[in-house]
Amino acid sequence: MDSALWPIGVKRCHISKFLMGLSIAGVVLLWGVVGLILCWVKGLNQTHMNDYYGFALWIWADLAVIALGGGAFFTGLLRYIFGIRELKNIINYAVLIGFICYSSALLILAIDVGQPLRSWFIFWHANVHSMLTEVAFCLSCYFGVLTIEYIPLILENRQLNKVPFAHHLAHNMHHIMAVFAATGAFLSFFHQGSLGGVAGVLFGRPFAYREHILIWPYTFFLFTWSAAAYGPCFTLLITWLTEKISGKQLVKENVKQLLAKISGWMIFTYIIAKIADTVYWALVTAPSKGFTLMDFYSNNPIYGIWILIVEIGVCGVVPAWILVTPRLRANPKTRLIAIILGVIGVCLNRWVMVLQVMAVPVLSFDTWAMYYPSWQEVATTILPVAYGVILILISYRYLPIFPQEVELNPIEPSPSETVEAMNDAAAEDAMVSNGEPATA
Amino acid sequence: MKHVDSKAKKYGMVIDLDKCTGCGTCMVACMAENNVPFKKDETDKRLSITWMRVFKLTNGKPYPDNEICYLPRPCQHCEGQHTGHSPCVSVCPATATDYDSETGIVSQIYTRCFGCRYCMGACPYHARYFNWWDPVWPGEMEKYLNPDVSPRMRGVVEKCSFCYHRAQLAMEKAHVEGRKELKEKEYQTACTQACPAGAIVFGDLNNPEHEVHQVAQPDPHHHGRPKNPNAFRLLERLGTNTKVYYLSSREWVRRAGDNYLDSEGSASHE
Ligand code: SF4
Ligand code: SF4
Repeated sequence: MDSALWPIGVKRCHISKFLMGLSIAGVVLLWGVVGLILCWVKGLNQTHMNDYYGFALWIWADLAVIALGGGAFFTGLLRYIFGIRELKNIINYAVLIGFICYSSALLILAIDVGQPLRSWFIFWHANVHSMLTEVAFCLSCYFGVLTIEYIPLILENRQLNKVPFAHHLAHNMHHIMAVFAATGAFLSFFHQGSLGGVAGVLFGRPFAYREHILIWPYTFFLFTWSAAAYGPCFTLLITWLTEKISGKQLVKENVKQLLAKISGWMIFTYIIAKIADTVYWALVTAPSKGFTLMDFYSNNPIYGIWILIVEIGVCGVVPAWILVTPRLRANPKTRLIAIILGVIGVCLNRWVMVLQVMAVPVLSFDTWAMYYPSWQEVATTILPVAYGVILILISYRYLPIFPQEVELNPIEPSPSETVEAMNDAAAEDAMVSNGEPATA
Repeated sequence: MKHVDSKAKKYGMVIDLDKCTGCGTCMVACMAENNVPFKKDETDKRLSITWMRVFKLTNGKPYPDNEICYLPRPCQHCEGQHTGHSPCVSVCPATATDYDSETGIVSQIYTRCFGCRYCMGACPYHARYFNWWDPVWPGEMEKYLNPDVSPRMRGVVEKCSFCYHRAQLAMEKAHVEGRKELKEKEYQTACTQACPAGAIVFGDLNNPEHEVHQVAQPDPHHHGRPKNPNAFRLLERLGTNTKVYYLSSREWVRRAGDNYLDSEGSASHE
């Protein structure tokens, strides 16, 4: 029914199946919207946050999706600036995932603040010394960059691309993409970093506080590094999921292996830095404030030392080892285990840097603060997931996200498609003869 | 009228924990003075707005050696390691909380705060409170609200202001009378005046004639660390450089004011 909108040379599931998928995600989305409206209309009393837990599930989700969306800027950097050509076969998907992650992050922030209508004060009355100001500026700008990167993809929809203006716009945007990729990488470096800085500058919270290099705490660098390292894991994970659900191979093995290898070496170097940071913090920074390492990991029901072991060992050292070892990386099973562990690891790190920071008592006569989210918080946190699924479903169906899909899944083209493809080729030829380049 | 430049003040407090009985009058006086809203159900203390909160400390020993101590905790009006680098002020993205270098008071601009709560996460004293609900006063109580203090709306953070409106009123009066300087007793916080045990003194820590200065003996070479051996500040080691000093003759109470490793001996001012 909608096959005229599909990319040329590919097959998609029946529209009813597609609509069914959309409706399931839609119901979840609706549930999230109910939670969102409640929070906006009735206020944040709809959550289980309190004066000890001013930062909770949402901020974690925010930090986590931004870290996971880091695959977009890092893959963009590798593709456009370092010129690793193979990655062009996965960059579209990385951009789409990044776009979903960042738009979700902005939405979550809009729910999280007590006076959403005043959110613009962060720009208007900006305190340039605050890490959150840096986050807000870079995040908004980078979301703009991601939108610009996503637009040509939309314009490449088979029908839209027939409109000469859309065709030329997409074409020209592709040409200057390196500029946006560089801008994106620059902005990402700062907002990923400043998100790390949000916790690292809290000198009133010895659990979070880290020493500084110039004005930036170590967490600034660790957050950027980890986003670049683990972000590609998430891109690979979602690609794997999409392949499983669509029942097709969409990206060639060598591309996956290459990204996994780069991610592996990044995790490897990151985890060395993280271990060094942890050792210094445990042996020097925290004791200078009167805390031992175990003060942060005892006398409470959840936050035991296991969390540090899982984060650094199981979800850091193990995936790094798997992904830098050629044999293990080449094996899809072990590679999948590594990328899942990587995704869990970075999410766990962000959890610790938000929720555990709030939980640890600082005053000697205070107690641990525990928290569990309300359904409204859970619903609004799942909302972006549902929204992401919907956007992926639509984008996958109608946009040429995976350049290798046609080659990897050859089908008999229908007569109408053959004619269309021939027309397209003729149009391209005409353009070439007009002195314009033929391919993006 | 002759203009004399007034010297920068550093308003602060000394709370004598040997005198404090834990009666909570300071908390009540503060709430009434500052139009602090309350709810029908205040059982969850982590949702209660208490600009001034009295903590109960214990030495953790069994009877008969068990001892307790009550510790009133207003906002500590931290100065940080350089002027205005308070934990909360330094992080607020919208400059909605500010450090006044003329008075040393950390202010809160309710109409600018957009409720991100970063400052709450930054304050190790839990002195900041979020308005999770709209403020509602039962029946006729609205008539009892203090006209000098603006009530806060839902979705913003509030905290102890050292009754700054009283400073403004006192300064206005002084201005009309052609004075630049306030007398010590001209500007006092509500809790100071209400405390039946006289446990709280308030004044300018920079002024050697003020009682707070004489009792705490802040050392200007060490970010105001008290020279009085019985005085201490909460979480001195974090570098928050607070303006609320506590007095106690009991070693365990002074030690409870900060965190120490087991290997570290007494709560000395290193
Ligand atoms: S006690 Fe807390 S709220 Fe008050 S100045 Fe210090 S950090 Fe800020
Ligand atoms: S809650 Fe208000 S005062 Fe606190 S950091 Fe955010 S904007 Fe600033």
